[in-house]
Amino acid sequence: MSIFINKDTRVLVQGITGSVGAFHTKQMLEYGTKIVGGVTPGKAGSRIEGVPVFNSVYDAVKATGANASVVYVPPGFAADAICEAFDAGLDIVICITEGIPILDMVKVKRFMDGKKTRLVGPNCPGVITPGECKIGIMPGYIHKPGTIGIVSRSGTLTYEAVHQVTTVGLGQSTCIGIGGDPINGTNFIDVLSAFQDDPKTEAVIMIGEIGGTAEEEAAAFVKAKMTKPVIGFVAGQTAPKGKRMGHAGAIISGGKGTAAEKIEAFKAAGISVSEAPSDLGITLAKRLGKKIHE
Amino acid sequence: MNIHEYQAKAVLSKYGVAVPKGKVADTPAEAESIAKEFGTPVVVKAQIHAGGRGKGGGVKFAKTPEEAREYAKQILGMTLVTHQTGPQGKKVKRVLVEQAGRIKRELYLGMVIDRGPSRVVMMASTEGGMEIETVAANTPEKILKEWVDPAVGLMPFQARKLAFGLGIPGELTGKAVKFMVALYNAFVDTDCSLAEINPLVLTEDGDIVALDAKMNFDGNGLFRHKDIGALRDFDEEDPTETEASRFDLSYISLDGDIGCMVNGAGLAMATMDMIKLCGGSPANFLDVGGGASAEQVTNAFRLILSDAKVKAILVNIFGGIMRCDIIAEGVVTAAKTLGLSVPLVVRLEGTNVEKGKEILAASKLNIISAADMGDAAKKVVLAAAGRAN
Repeated sequence: MSIFINKDTRVLVQGITGSVGAFHTKQMLEYGTKIVGGVTPGKAGSRIEGVPVFNSVYDAVKATGANASVVYVPPGFAADAICEAFDAGLDIVICITEGIPILDMVKVKRFMDGKKTRLVGPNCPGVITPGECKIGIMPGYIHKPGTIGIVSRSGTLTYEAVHQVTTVGLGQSTCIGIGGDPINGTNFIDVLSAFQDDPKTEAVIMIGEIGGTAEEEAAAFVKAKMTKPVIGFVAGQTAPKGKRMGHAGAIISGGKGTAAEKIEAFKAAGISVSEAPSDLGITLAKRLGKKIHE
Repeated sequence: MNIHEYQAKAVLSKYGVAVPKGKVADTPAEAESIAKEFGTPVVVKAQIHAGGRGKGGGVKFAKTPEEAREYAKQILGMTLVTHQTGPQGKKVKRVLVEQAGRIKRELYLGMVIDRGPSRVVMMASTEGGMEIETVAANTPEKILKEWVDPAVGLMPFQARKLAFGLGIPGELTGKAVKFMVALYNAFVDTDCSLAEINPLVLTEDGDIVALDAKMNFDGNGLFRHKDIGALRDFDEEDPTETEASRFDLSYISLDGDIGCMVNGAGLAMATMDMIKLCGGSPANFLDVGGGASAEQVTNAFRLILSDAKVKAILVNIFGGIMRCDIIAEGVVTAAKTLGLSVPLVVRLEGTNVEKGKEILAASKLNIISAADMGDAAKKVVLAAAGRAN
């Protein structure tokens, strides 16, 4: 088992004819992901890496039975692409695009109301169930099938966590980047809840960062609902106030959203906090009472 | 992106937000002639990107055009220090000269995007002139909020709720509603991330006007607002950060002495944390992005080396899509062309890591290689302290 995606997930690539979309289509196919179609309006009939291209998500779903999509569409058009995927009734839409105007996401969230589709991202590395399905931009080979669920607001810091989990001899059930933007589709709680219900996931690593209150809310959920061990880290302990640290969402405003507050909330919820980002693997192994294989 | 008060007022008035009559002046003579044109009294206000200007001596009330000239002379060219500028202050290049009305009440009105409900929220408070953060901390019940459904925009009934909540007299409700709806329209139409009218004033003449105005814009939305982008004042920004943005690098200056170059914002923050945990202090945040090129790596190096505080550099790359051999080549080229004057610690992991390490080793450059990010941080802190590894 896994969460959100598995070997049977049938994936569409929105923006497949762009350079980024085409490059990652190839990477995902090589990993074994079932990429069944691509969407670029006006380019129906062509093929990218052997994958048929359609004019709309509706056409693609009808022809291929796709139930998921990944969005590589440029920022100015991404909100429209996400809404189209929602309207076509897919199970999950994963948006990689970075730089979508925040007010576009306000509209997207309104459009999502009452629809069953799940949005992951935007501005995220994607979702991977190792050995089964990779949707996004993460390097597939660093992952190993296993029992640790990983959820993070960051991209490369997630790779770091994956690498450390693999280094201590464990593997991952599913890894999810929820994205670094202030408004996103899937939050920590959605993912934690799915990991809690997934029989294959034994423990969860949650990587937060400064800005907003998503980590505090996630900690409250862990305390109230989770029986599985959770290991946490919060990036940005040294970040100054009022500066946006790369991610649009990573800003301490009005003294709120500091790493110290988040770490405090994690600890109070029984989450094992790794003080150093280099100790995530070790903290995990210790919490699970496992010997470390170097 | 921030803009000046006079620019924000010009943007807002296009949408029908009421602002005092005023003009910007670059010289004392201009200030005097504006005061003559509009009639005194006027207020002469320093234009810098920071709050607290009044307390710092940057806002003066002039009863005559001659006084306006005299105050403009004092303010123009002064280095204004407020609680938001830092101790170095900011140099004033322009003043806004505005007609001064008789103020009856001072209120607060602001808009931001509330992450939780994913909606724009309009906030109002009777505590005009105070910082909203202070009001929120001490008397949160004094902040009224209305969340806006993007499908319909700010509805008049919501604006009325705020107006009545603020105790605005019934005969002025219409003006208040018009003001708030115009503010919302300006906010969404220009991709604002924050708009603040503090204070919003009721005048003795029965008007509602924005005495001050602050607007911040979502950088991601600027591509569709060339007119707003043109309002950017580079003099108000850190020159290194401005230079970095030209190369699509995300850079923020900090106080420490260890230069950092990392791919990915989260990993970059974590690397800074790691340096701190090891007893060091980062000189900057620098994210070269997920798919940086060798050229960007060179530019990143140039930025780091332009900071005289830097005593050692840490490169921490987790290559995913970005291959380690490309990064290694970029590091070697940059180190050779720019001349490496300080110790360099490199940690590489991920795609083509072995090839990358070979390139670094073959370069014969004095590069300290690190096994993981913990090791890298320890080594760079020692190097910055001038101790051998």
